[in-house]
Amino acid sequence: MTVSANEGSSFRFGRRDALPGFSPTLGLTLFYLALLVLLPLSALVVSASGMRWHQALAYLATPRVISAFRVSFGISLAAALINGVAGLLVAWALVRYEFPGRRILDGIVDLPFALPTAVAGISLATLYGDTGWIGGLFAPFGIEIAYTRLGIFVALLFVGLPYVIRTVQPVLAELEVEAQEAALTLGATSRQIFRRVLWPPLVPALLTGIAMAFARGVGEYGSMIFIAGNRPGLSEIVPLLIVVKLEEFDYAGASVLAVAMLFASALILLAINLLQSWERRRHGG
Amino acid sequence: MAVDRRASPKGLGSRLIAVSAASFMALFVVLPLTLIFQQAFADGVSRYLAAIADPETLDAIWLTLLIAAIAVPLNTLFGVAAAWCIAKFSFPGKNILVTILDLPLSVSPVIAGMVFVLLFGAQGWFGPALAAHNLKIIFAFPGLVLATLFVTLPYVARQLIPLMLQIGRDEEEAAIVLGAGGLRTFLRVTLPNIKWGLIYGVLLCNARAMGEFGAVAVVSGHITGVTVTMPLQVEIFYNDYHTVAAFAVASLLSLLGLLTLLLRRWLEVEGRGAVGAGMKGLPT
Amino acid sequence: MISVTNLRKQFNGAAALDGISLDIGQGELLALLGPSGSGKTTLLRIIAGLEQADRGTLFIDGQDALPVPPRARGIGFVFQHFALFRHMTAADNIAFGLTVKPRAQRPSRKAIADRVQELLSLVQLEGLGARFPSELSGGQRQRIALARALAVEPKLLLLDEPFGALDAKVRVELRHWLRELHDRLGLTTIFVTHDQEEALELADRVAILNAGRIEQVGRPREVYDRPGSAFVMEFLGEVNKLQCHIAAGRAVLGKQGGPSVDAGTLPAGPAVAYVRPHEIELDPKTPVGACDTVVRSLSVIGPRTRLHLELGGKLIEADADRAQVDALALTAGMTVRIRFKMVRLYTTSPSGMGYWRGSDGTTGQAPIENIRRSLPYSRVG
Repeated sequence: MTVSANEGSSFRFGRRDALPGFSPTLGLTLFYLALLVLLPLSALVVSASGMRWHQALAYLATPRVISAFRVSFGISLAAALINGVAGLLVAWALVRYEFPGRRILDGIVDLPFALPTAVAGISLATLYGDTGWIGGLFAPFGIEIAYTRLGIFVALLFVGLPYVIRTVQPVLAELEVEAQEAALTLGATSRQIFRRVLWPPLVPALLTGIAMAFARGVGEYGSMIFIAGNRPGLSEIVPLLIVVKLEEFDYAGASVLAVAMLFASALILLAINLLQSWERRRHGG
Repeated sequence: MAVDRRASPKGLGSRLIAVSAASFMALFVVLPLTLIFQQAFADGVSRYLAAIADPETLDAIWLTLLIAAIAVPLNTLFGVAAAWCIAKFSFPGKNILVTILDLPLSVSPVIAGMVFVLLFGAQGWFGPALAAHNLKIIFAFPGLVLATLFVTLPYVARQLIPLMLQIGRDEEEAAIVLGAGGLRTFLRVTLPNIKWGLIYGVLLCNARAMGEFGAVAVVSGHITGVTVTMPLQVEIFYNDYHTVAAFAVASLLSLLGLLTLLLRRWLEVEGRGAVGAGMKGLPT
Repeated sequence: MISVTNLRKQFNGAAALDGISLDIGQGELLALLGPSGSGKTTLLRIIAGLEQADRGTLFIDGQDALPVPPRARGIGFVFQHFALFRHMTAADNIAFGLTVKPRAQRPSRKAIADRVQELLSLVQLEGLGARFPSELSGGQRQRIALARALAVEPKLLLLDEPFGALDAKVRVELRHWLRELHDRLGLTTIFVTHDQEEALELADRVAILNAGRIEQVGRPREVYDRPGSAFVMEFLGEVNKLQCHIAAGRAVLGKQGGPSVDAGTLPAGPAVAYVRPHEIELDPKTPVGACDTVVRSLSVIGPRTRLHLELGGKLIEADADRAQVDALALTAGMTVRIRFKMVRLYTTSPSGMGYWRGSDGTTGQAPIENIRRSLPYSRVG
């Protein structure tokens, strides 16, 4: 979130603002944040540096860790991309068409947000298990969903879908109908209108939504551990690996993992941000 | 200026999109919710009620409520203060402040819990000092509160900041000029304007506080009756194959989630923008 | 060039267009004027193909246009809120229509770029081609929108309240600029407005719409001097409205003390009389048709003085030359003699007949047959 810069009067040290309460609120905010956010997170960084660089890298290079990262990041990315497509379709239908039940559908979109993760977790695990409503449909074909990577994928689809829909929806709604009508009068076909008038403004929003779904997926724990299978090297996710390390009192190791995970996520998000601003500059935002 | 002109879907292509979108959503999202209640009541209403009345469950409910009762007001107070200084004033470093504010949302819940273990765990920074005074934070109630505070920290602030930015300073300035003091201005001018956004932010904060799993699981130790919250109780029941009990507790949490959803819808319609756009409109 | 016959359109059971018939000549600049809800935008959009008519016909250049989609009608459309493509530069916006042409008809990249520059010059925005719409002012945006519409060389230009979203000053500037552009290009143009000043100043002909029907079509001077109905009378310019009663071929204005005027062939019964503020003569030389009024208030507005006069218990406004008012040393409370130079009478029955005879002898009658035939258009130079 960026904060617009033109509200309030300038704060100069020593100059009094007409509105009171600045110092106490700022002080409280800084204190609270320092104590609850900065301190704990710095403990993480410090703890991770308990290992030397080469030790840390060697630690990260073990097969179990590599596999966990592949599972967490790879499947999150895949799910986020699929959610991108599906979410776009749903947002499109919600914004551009009127059909019975549209308002209900619009409300349902938020459901994965509203359900606590553990609740979603046991529900998804049961639903896609071999005897579950959906899992049971696939079991006769030898397809296992729960306790496999497929289960992780499905759970991430569930958790990440609203992110895409909710980021794309407002942008779609904001697209001027008149710009599309103008394109019509200028001779464009429906395909041309989609490709050149509708799609370009959507891209940044879509990327944002995908990025958010991805970020959420990587760190997701509660909805995952029930359906994931958690087999080291196969269906173990990074957050679970961290918990295992903590239980073994391998604080340094757990911290290294956590920092590596944050770092990798940050890199990917940065890449997506860069992609977005490039798009924006190309198309005048 | 966007004109809302929705036409009924014309043509097969459009109809197909609409229908497939609807069925996709329904399948994916509603089924898990329905399953929760189906499983909870699979053995009948009496079994359901028995599960809820189980002492373990009641302990978990009580603990969850207690944690929320501490975490939510604290974070609300913080949220209001943060929104006040960020939205009504201009100062350098505001963007950094807001980024820090957002951090708890962008780290995995496991990491959120883990950082407190690093600080207060047996081998943590303050571990020995705490042990010396016979104080327990990790695997005890304080740890749960801290972890919950961390993960729910941004919610109220995130809801209030865009709202207060949108509203601006004019009314408060008018009140000051008319002679009102700071607190009175806040209570009688600011508060009424932000009340729906504040309520919604508190609801979100509360929903997350009661439903948080990952962070709390890490600091909890799963000590029955002492550090087991409702989400953890769900896990315990489930892993012990007490399926009905697990889903019964889950159903309670789901109701909380649904209630939050419904209230949001209602606020959107009634409040008509009084809730504010929120940061990217996302509750999590 | 355009021939509309009996066009009808309903929205949600209410008639937006209730039988519109109109002819528009080649190269004409026509204003569609009317209050909100009168159907003017609907008519424009049907001509553009952005809406479908329920009934009626539309011929453009002799071809039936109703089944033709907007992209094939050869029109340019300019929207009130510009509708520029926000993610494209001004130049790309202008070039858009050319770049979406089918391969076979698409000009070369260079040809398109040249045309864009040509149009930027035409709208006097050279050098701003690389800017995005968000970097342009409202007036500039609308000019880009116009350039964009003109790029594909339409045979018909349609503007929907083109200046509605602009500041007053910019609105006036662009108004003159649009007229000049039209004179230069000679393109048949229809624009919609609710601003009568704009319509009267800009257009060759004005069509006044009300509740989905055309009240009158004619040259600006004509619709102003010879209003075809009470609606047109009230809509254009300022009016004083007086109830009156017609008996034996004469109408007595106001309750008592008002002058009586010739009512021509209007039937006996209640009627409405309209007098424009500037058609009230102060301190007339002749006593014919004169009456006494009391000055209630006056205010100086630039070179004119606005007087509020009481006539038979009713308040009317007069617009008079300041010098004359000063010469008469008028103040509130004084009595002043006035005379109406022109009074227009309209009956209140559905037939809405009207009649007037001015003190200088001009007479007129309403309703005036809608002039459907296009103006014989002669352009000089």
